[in-house]
Amino acid sequence: MTNLIYLDNNATTKVDERVLDEMMPYFKEEYANPSSMYNFSKKSSDAIKEARVKIRDFVNAKDEKEIFFTSCGSESANMAIRGVLNYNKNKKHIITTKVEHPCVLNLYQSLEKQGYRVDYIGVNSNGELNLEELDAAINDDTALVSVMWANNENGIINPIEKISEIIKSKNKETKFFVDAVQAAGKIPIDVQKAGVDLLGISGHKFHAPKGIGALYINSKTMITPLIIGGHQERGKRAGTENTPYIVGLGKAAELAQNGLDFELIEVKRLRDKLETNIINKIYNARLNTGAVASRVPNTTNIGFEYIEGELILLHMSDIGICASSGSACTSGSLEPSHVLRAMNVPFTAIHGSIRFSLSRFTTEDEIDYVIEKLPQIIEKVRSISPYQKELEQLKNLRR
Amino acid sequence: MWDYSEKVMDHYRNPRNVGSIDNADAVGVAGSLTCGDQLKIYLKIENNIVTDAKFQTFGCGSAVASSSILTEMIIGKTVDEVRKITNKDIADELGGLPPEKMHCSVMGYEALEDALKHYSADGYVDLDEILDEHYGKPEKKEKMVCTCFEVTENAIWDAIKVNGLKTVEEVTNYTKAGGACGKCKSAIQDIIDTYYNKQKTEIEKLTPTQWILKVNNVIETQISPELQKDGGDIELVDIKNKTIYVKLKGRCSGCKNSTMTLKNFAQKVLQDSLGTDVTVIEAE
Repeated sequence: MTNLIYLDNNATTKVDERVLDEMMPYFKEEYANPSSMYNFSKKSSDAIKEARVKIRDFVNAKDEKEIFFTSCGSESANMAIRGVLNYNKNKKHIITTKVEHPCVLNLYQSLEKQGYRVDYIGVNSNGELNLEELDAAINDDTALVSVMWANNENGIINPIEKISEIIKSKNKETKFFVDAVQAAGKIPIDVQKAGVDLLGISGHKFHAPKGIGALYINSKTMITPLIIGGHQERGKRAGTENTPYIVGLGKAAELAQNGLDFELIEVKRLRDKLETNIINKIYNARLNTGAVASRVPNTTNIGFEYIEGELILLHMSDIGICASSGSACTSGSLEPSHVLRAMNVPFTAIHGSIRFSLSRFTTEDEIDYVIEKLPQIIEKVRSISPYQKELEQLKNLRR
Repeated sequence: MWDYSEKVMDHYRNPRNVGSIDNADAVGVAGSLTCGDQLKIYLKIENNIVTDAKFQTFGCGSAVASSSILTEMIIGKTVDEVRKITNKDIADELGGLPPEKMHCSVMGYEALEDALKHYSADGYVDLDEILDEHYGKPEKKEKMVCTCFEVTENAIWDAIKVNGLKTVEEVTNYTKAGGACGKCKSAIQDIIDTYYNKQKTEIEKLTPTQWILKVNNVIETQISPELQKDGGDIELVDIKNKTIYVKLKGRCSGCKNSTMTLKNFAQKVLQDSLGTDVTVIEAE
């Protein structure tokens, strides 16, 4: 048994060796600026072209010209959102969801201060988006609808195609941005079928390194660029191309694309095994999403009632298990996860919620180890809880 | 990852005195499930001495460590000694807490205060009654400042006083107030302003002798011990209004950094502790 069991793959992932191998020559021998005129730069400019094609295929874009490389998921989101709004200056209304990633939510809050009107669409207790509310919110002034493909905390998959249909039926000019950071590499992405105008991804969530992302912008969508400078990325994103990282992103996308079946079958099997065993073995455990809800295959979010999440994480960390928590205490903020609050997770469980997120590198032995050790940890944390009476009731109820 | 001290880690890994005491002589509660942390503390008191203490905590690593070390700090002490313990003492005993986690030490202090409030020499205390009162708090006369975390004006006032808090952010780190919706931030600023203004007017009301004693007290308890650590010392020579004349002794006298010691350290400590602007000058 290794002494590190990494079940926090929605936070970041390990770089795949094959990705790193592909990148290495562009750090060493092939360091030419891809925009240069001599033969020496041909290899790096070809490598970027190749990577762009791989990302095109990864999201099934029509043309590789619709793919733009960025430095991360946050940049992709900023480039898309600000880009669309700055291009359509007369429109001041935006629609998003209450459960978006903070990198997007914080941007919308800052835009509100600049005079934009933002509607935040709610979710039900399973974490599923209220589509009627979304439908009703769209009007003539709506510049942008922004919805994440999959949620980072609970793994819920939003019906992107359906949302796109709703948007286009209400206002054909409204642009649709999808933050697909948590969906990429876990489920198939097809921007054409789903009717997406802009879509952001981030490499380090699917075994590329940190510091590289991409934005898909369909050819009919115009944006005002964020970073002005050279002509790189067809003038939409200045800055000398980060050749090794772009190559790495392309390779990681190719591997993820080929590994989707493994993700949907094998990773899901291990996730389900972990989830079922925790729920069955630990009487104060509850699944925070509906069991039947449509979720990415690697994520489970479980609330442990009447105990606190940071303490669970600390005890798990002591034996090498890495996961994350929706608890207020872990984040430095004082409030528990906005996603779990939007889902109305009961306050008895919200502070004790733990997210486990697997990857293709997670092994059965690791899952078995967690299944073996977690009940003891939970028992230890329960034993110091002031809610002994309530825990006793819960135990009797579950019998 | 939080930067927890070894002692904090030791206490959450192996918490001491976990549990409850049947027929406890005093029981105190602080926090709630909705706020994300709660502490119950049970005391056995004989002949005015705490003979046993137990706790139960719903909370993070630093909340458990604060509760655990608190029980160790109070066992064997008299009730009067225990009443003097502040949240700062708890944090210091743990080798410090990250700023954002200071509210955990405040929870320890509040539970202890709550327990002693209900302490009666006759013994038995009904926990359910205390819980009713605890959860009934909002209806009581105390003024609620932060409704998200149910933090009262008094609790904020105490935290400012004990820890010398100067900013809204610090108050949030220590009491959680203002940490959710943030609507009470200006009210917190008002409390901070009121506190320091009050201190100022109190100082203006002091007689010259009281003022000298107060200044001397800060020098003797807060400045001198620090200088002694480096083989130096400081002595009060004279006070003219807000100009304080001192003499540096030992290794401090003639030290080329003595001006820095006076301005950056002594003057700052005096200003912080007295809550008013003063000038510190080396007497000739």
